[in-house]
Amino acid sequence: MFGYYLDLAIRSFKRNRVLTALMVLALGLGIGASITTLTVLKLLSGDPLPQKSARLFTAEIDPLPAQGYVPGQTKPPWGNLMPYTDAMNLLRAHRAERQAAMALTQAKVTPARAGEHPFFSDAVMTTADFFAMFDAPFEYGSGWNAQSDDDSARVAVIAGFLNDKLFGGKNSVGQVIRINDHDYRVVGVLKDWSPQPRFYAVDLGGRSYGNGDAVFLPLKSARADDMDPQNVSCWQTADIQHLETAPCVFVSVWVELKHASDAAAYQTFLSNYVQQQISLGRFQRPEVVFPNLMKFLALEQVVPDDARLQTNLAFGFLLICIVNTVGLLLAKCLRRSREIGVRRALGATRRAIFAQFMVESGMVGIAGGVLGLVFAELGLWAIRHQPAQYAHLAHLDVSMFFATFVIALIASLIAGLLPAWRACVVAPAPQLKSV
Amino acid sequence: MQIQPILAALKHHKLATFLIAMEIALACAVLCNAVFLIATRMSAMNLHSGVDEDSLGAIVVTGFDPRQVNDLNARMLAGLGAIPGVESVHAISSVPFGPQWGVSGMTLDQAGKQPGAVVEFYLGDPGTPKALGLKLVAGHMPAADDYQPLQDHEFFPPSSRVLITRALAEKLWPGENPLGKQFWSAKWQFRVIGVVANLSVSQYTENGEHGAEWCVFVPVQAGGQLAGTYLIRAKPRDLERVMTRARAAVARIAPDVVLDHANSHTISFLRARFFQTDRAMTGLLVGVIVALLGVTAFGIVGLASFWVAQRRKQIGIRRALGATRADILRYFQTENFLIVTFGIVLGIVLAIGINLALMKWFEVSRLPLWYLPVGAVVLWLLGQLAVLAPALRAAAVPPVVATRSV
Repeated sequence: MFGYYLDLAIRSFKRNRVLTALMVLALGLGIGASITTLTVLKLLSGDPLPQKSARLFTAEIDPLPAQGYVPGQTKPPWGNLMPYTDAMNLLRAHRAERQAAMALTQAKVTPARAGEHPFFSDAVMTTADFFAMFDAPFEYGSGWNAQSDDDSARVAVIAGFLNDKLFGGKNSVGQVIRINDHDYRVVGVLKDWSPQPRFYAVDLGGRSYGNGDAVFLPLKSARADDMDPQNVSCWQTADIQHLETAPCVFVSVWVELKHASDAAAYQTFLSNYVQQQISLGRFQRPEVVFPNLMKFLALEQVVPDDARLQTNLAFGFLLICIVNTVGLLLAKCLRRSREIGVRRALGATRRAIFAQFMVESGMVGIAGGVLGLVFAELGLWAIRHQPAQYAHLAHLDVSMFFATFVIALIASLIAGLLPAWRACVVAPAPQLKSV
Repeated sequence: MQIQPILAALKHHKLATFLIAMEIALACAVLCNAVFLIATRMSAMNLHSGVDEDSLGAIVVTGFDPRQVNDLNARMLAGLGAIPGVESVHAISSVPFGPQWGVSGMTLDQAGKQPGAVVEFYLGDPGTPKALGLKLVAGHMPAADDYQPLQDHEFFPPSSRVLITRALAEKLWPGENPLGKQFWSAKWQFRVIGVVANLSVSQYTENGEHGAEWCVFVPVQAGGQLAGTYLIRAKPRDLERVMTRARAAVARIAPDVVLDHANSHTISFLRARFFQTDRAMTGLLVGVIVALLGVTAFGIVGLASFWVAQRRKQIGIRRALGATRADILRYFQTENFLIVTFGIVLGIVLAIGINLALMKWFEVSRLPLWYLPVGAVVLWLLGQLAVLAPALRAAAVPPVVATRSV
């Protein structure tokens, strides 16, 4: 029967080609726009470390003076940035499975070959646990150990793309690279590693999306060699020559817990720590926030408003296209009252008529889906030529490919419900009379 | 034209009528909001930088030793100034649409109790305001002795005599004469000696806490914090060529520093890049609006054609009873007008609802009410245009149709 309905559907499309083309085009436009914006939104709001993000947390504390403080309402003003002293205290407490402090900087890298100009690379100043905590994969070597942190050793981990540039992709462990006019020894080379969004860079003044960082250095060593953090905020006039002791925030701390359920215990520890600092007179505000990775991204509103706005707009557009398709399908099916009357008189049940019209709208949906896919590819191609940081990542993946057809079918079947119902309640007798 | 019979006829086609009205309503709601978003973007993109964009460019270098800044400044100012076509070179802290140098809160009293505003500070060496092309509206430009040297690790001289923009003067001292007024930022003191018409912040954000033109120009001598960014002025027709040569010259002038390729461009180029995403978003919105109007119009054409086909007999009867072609044409036009009006009423409610939702979730301001009548007129015209072809076809039905069976 299904085959027969397909045949009928194709015949009816052939009868009014323009109307059918209009329906498919409108649906295709709506679906193309929706899929394009959804793909971008999915890319932007993705989980950067799906295997682990539920166990990764960051600590937010509020070092501001009491002035302007409203209990219960005031949030830590700089996200997860904190003073250096507190970051070190939290690391030394070792209350989590792993913990690392980090800040971003621009490292001046001088190639060893004569005649090549120095260039700046995105760099992370961090501590030993960083790589294991964030599952950064190594091509050669490994990270450094806690001893190197304490000794301010001049060691570095570099990204694969920098290794390609400086050492032609060879195993460069043990080689020396010149950073900020000091010699650092390479201890590890990463494979491609750029979590999207780059969650650890969000408050540190880095870009939230993109190719990832090129150089990783021990925090103490980099600071000793005068590398300045990208993002420094001070709540009093500060001597920025000695950031570590100044009333300024510039590092963030991430911790990995054994189980996500240990979060409450750590948060209690954090609150107690802040209370202790209050009694020491360093802090005035007791609020702490201890979000996990995805919660943190939501708090920081990493996804640009534009992307969400566009998605809403696209779905509004799709809704209009669906209403339009309903109208046109209705027009078509009422025109075919006589045909329906004939089929009913020959014994077709109402259900059969309903099925026939649903098959017809489903076919419009599939065709609209195919066209929508073309439009979505066009849209994503256009987005890839945008200046946004995430632009080159915009590609249609398998799940979105299937989502296109699911959305198309659902949209067209919803659109077909009303006309099909109108068609199956047609009374056969009047249709068969010569009017 | 009597409306009564039309309404009676529409009662028989409740569903189709409702569908067209719904489509118009949704179109009206999305249209008003999309046009409003475009208008908001456009006004942001028309940011008045206050500088002579066509004649200015910036060269930015980094990675120099802070102890060597005086040597670097001397070499860069001389080296860039020697390029043919360059009218002037100045050390400046930042340029509009370039990297931000210093945004800070300030207060109207020394104790820091009376908050003023969050402002952007520009530093520049002698002659910079003239090179930028700032237009003075009150007071005077900094004199030679207003340009003070900067101490090491200090952002400003202890007390400076500064220029502020008209917008900032209005914000800080509404209705008062700003000349001679003082303000403080941390330990530094500033006194206003002149007011300029316009000067925009370097990285304007709509949802920031500081206005687009809340800027202060602090006159200083090159050196200390003021090093690494150089403002080049040339004739508009020479500028591109001059900038290309300037970028190439850096490697010769100062081989050990790093040229910031991304930010060493003409101000026009920096401006275009700064608004690139806005332009893209505007293009997308325009595309949506065009597609939307097209889909809506075709929907009306489709349904109206079908209606005409269904009513050939009635039309024939009316023609036979003496209705003119114009009567038939007007009948369909009035019918369409009524349906669209019904849709617009719904659409206005929806448009305001969507706008309220956008205000709640996004940084969108209130939809100006005059958008609604304009949107209504556009949709009425669209409806009339869409129904024209089917209505003309209806008017062409010969009276003889009524007397035929079938």
